[in-house]
Amino acid sequence: MTGIETTESTRAAAGPVFDYAPAPESRDIVRLDPQYGLFIDGEFVPAAEGRTFTTINPATEEPLAAVAEAGPADVERAVAAARAAYEGAWGRMRGRDRAKYLFRIARIVQERSRELAVLESLDNGKPIRESRDVDLPLVAAHFFYYAGWADKLELAGFGPQPRPLGVAGQVIPWNFPLLMAAWKLAPALACGNTCVLKPAETTPLSALFLAQICQEAGLPPGTVNVLTGAGGTGAALVSHPGVDKVAFTGSTEVGKEIRKAVAGTHKRLTLELGGKAANVIFEDAPVDQAIEGIVNGIFFNQGHVCCAGSRLLVQESVADLVIDRLRERLTTLRLGDPLDKNTDIGAINSAEQLDKIRLLADVGSEEGAQRWSPPCELPSRGFWFAPTIFTGVSQSHRIAREEIFGPVLSVLTFRTPEEAVAKANNTPYGLSAGVWTEKGSRILWMAQKLEAGVVWANTYNRFDPTSPFGGYQESGFGREGGRQGLEAYLDV
Amino acid sequence: MTAPLAGPWSPDVATSDAALRRFLHGLPGVDQVGAEARAAMLATRSIKREAKMWALDTAVSMIDLTTLEGADTPGKVAAMCAKARRPDPTDPTVPAVAAVCVYPDLVRVAVEEVSGSPVAVASVATAFPSGRASMAVKLADVRDALDAGAQEIDMVIDRGAFLAGRYGQVYEEVRAVREAVGSALLKVILETGELATYDNVQRAAWLSMLAGADFVKTSTGKVSPAATRPVAVVLLGAVRDFMQAGGRRVGVKVAGGIRTAKEAVSYLVVVRETAGEEWLTPDAFRIGASTLLNDLLMQRTKQRTGFYSGRDYFTID
Repeated sequence: MTGIETTESTRAAAGPVFDYAPAPESRDIVRLDPQYGLFIDGEFVPAAEGRTFTTINPATEEPLAAVAEAGPADVERAVAAARAAYEGAWGRMRGRDRAKYLFRIARIVQERSRELAVLESLDNGKPIRESRDVDLPLVAAHFFYYAGWADKLELAGFGPQPRPLGVAGQVIPWNFPLLMAAWKLAPALACGNTCVLKPAETTPLSALFLAQICQEAGLPPGTVNVLTGAGGTGAALVSHPGVDKVAFTGSTEVGKEIRKAVAGTHKRLTLELGGKAANVIFEDAPVDQAIEGIVNGIFFNQGHVCCAGSRLLVQESVADLVIDRLRERLTTLRLGDPLDKNTDIGAINSAEQLDKIRLLADVGSEEGAQRWSPPCELPSRGFWFAPTIFTGVSQSHRIAREEIFGPVLSVLTFRTPEEAVAKANNTPYGLSAGVWTEKGSRILWMAQKLEAGVVWANTYNRFDPTSPFGGYQESGFGREGGRQGLEAYLDV
Repeated sequence: MTAPLAGPWSPDVATSDAALRRFLHGLPGVDQVGAEARAAMLATRSIKREAKMWALDTAVSMIDLTTLEGADTPGKVAAMCAKARRPDPTDPTVPAVAAVCVYPDLVRVAVEEVSGSPVAVASVATAFPSGRASMAVKLADVRDALDAGAQEIDMVIDRGAFLAGRYGQVYEEVRAVREAVGSALLKVILETGELATYDNVQRAAWLSMLAGADFVKTSTGKVSPAATRPVAVVLLGAVRDFMQAGGRRVGVKVAGGIRTAKEAVSYLVVVRETAGEEWLTPDAFRIGASTLLNDLLMQRTKQRTGFYSGRDYFTID
């Protein structure tokens, strides 16, 4: 009927006809100093012991800057500065004035969002599309949202005049460096606390830029302090007796250490830890959108997401269809230069993380699961891992139980909704879950049964500052975001 | 593949309203939020340099250059045909458009003007744009256009019947037009702006494909909203599924409201990442437009020379 059949063979022989040319975002917008100090009492200062470490671009392994490594003396200074600010300007300030500063920070973040997005992609390896369209808008939204709470705390449901806790020691991970800083700082400041923030060793730069923004916003010195360093710095911070509140986002392993370290002290603690979330696809799911949800669930941010949908539970009647579709969809994912605006999958954040992902993926093959990746050329320099699916996975496999924190999906099947719930809940974690079905009643039933802090229905990895986020079981406790997120920083 | 998507569907599905309903309502649903999010994500693709140049030329070659006004004159159609054959008089490397699209009474003029060129003549028919006429009148409209020499027929479905669930009636109408059209190309206009949900868009597309459509087309251009990227995502998913379920390769035509080169290129991105590159040909993807062509030419000149030329360097028709 048409000429389509005749042109098909010639097209196929010609190979890809529409290859996107490179479309790199300019990195010139970010001006990096060769060396960065610690941000203590409103100023950038070198570490007392003079130690530094180098942060690199994981996509190229090129060094970006030398960063001060805070030792015990620096922790002492930062906590003292935070205490002074708490007892001084910030602690005495009225809520509406605290709001003014938070609004100011939010606006400066928006104004500098392009620069910060490029910086985040450079230091973390995540695609610019994500840092530009997800991380940065959420960072600004978080400050805006909690700015609104600062003068309305008596209406938050925590008593007539809720008091702040004091000095908060906050340790954050490398997967969303700036966003995690915002999640920690915004509610803490809105409630009237002062902060000492320890960004991750591999991604210290955006927190330091945020410190500059605090300076630019005229935040009273000592209200926010940023201590860069590795695990030792974080351990010194959380065990410092001058800290009233510890908030940690990171691995369950370290979370357990922190809980031990603060046991028997007056310190309040909230932990947001790992996860092994089930993304449950029922046979009546909107298939194409579910495929997008699966992709977004596990390949968003290279799978470096604590709430990643790393266990796919598919109802057996649609399992073949979903897996076929998913494979087809994965062949369109674009892996490469994080600064290219068309990149979907960026670099793994560090050599150490890459080793961990490789190890667990190899274990998956040894355990007998079928491994598959789309044809995908990896750059020769930097840390890269192709998007990977394991099918034929059972509950007992390590890749179905342990958090891989990389672009690796384990696919399991189920027959009944009860089986789906049983499998989804059969994990020591409990941070998040996804449900895909067109049946509203089943969504509500699943949401009640799933032991997870967040249950997404017909979507995945959607975040909003108004929505509380946090875990069950070994995924931690305490909530961040929303009205509930205030509780962690108030004496209630 | 497995149910419910794949069938095996057969002509049996069209034996009654009830059978068609069972089939069409058994298709996997379309989640509105998800479909729109996917379309929005695809719109962020950044197409530069040689990819852009390829896309601009390809978009030109996919255009159904259209004039569907009460005020159309033979002179206007003749001018449009000249532009269709040779979009940029100063640059012979610009490809001709795929077709010109006119009302049936102007088909003869158009056929004469494009003769000897690769440009096809398409005509709207079946009581375009509303579809509100008896079947006899609709078929007469189709025959009239074919007799005048039209090689492609853009028919409209009866949206009233579709929305009322009289799927059998819509199916029979498309079938009857398919038979009348014979070996000419049949594009079925769904008028997605009137179908209310993406689920309905998907069902209307499947219904048309089952009944023999060569293309499913979004809109008449007379109803707002006309073509949108989420609708294109749904249609391109439907034609891909139809092919995978053992059907033919059915094309997609987006029409109405696409005025800028940037939009046109973003539709090509949707084609590439939804149905696949095999659909990136005028045989399988068309853009119904009028003013779009000049913006494509302008961007093309800019890509080639590095400078934007004024509007007056491009002929208005």
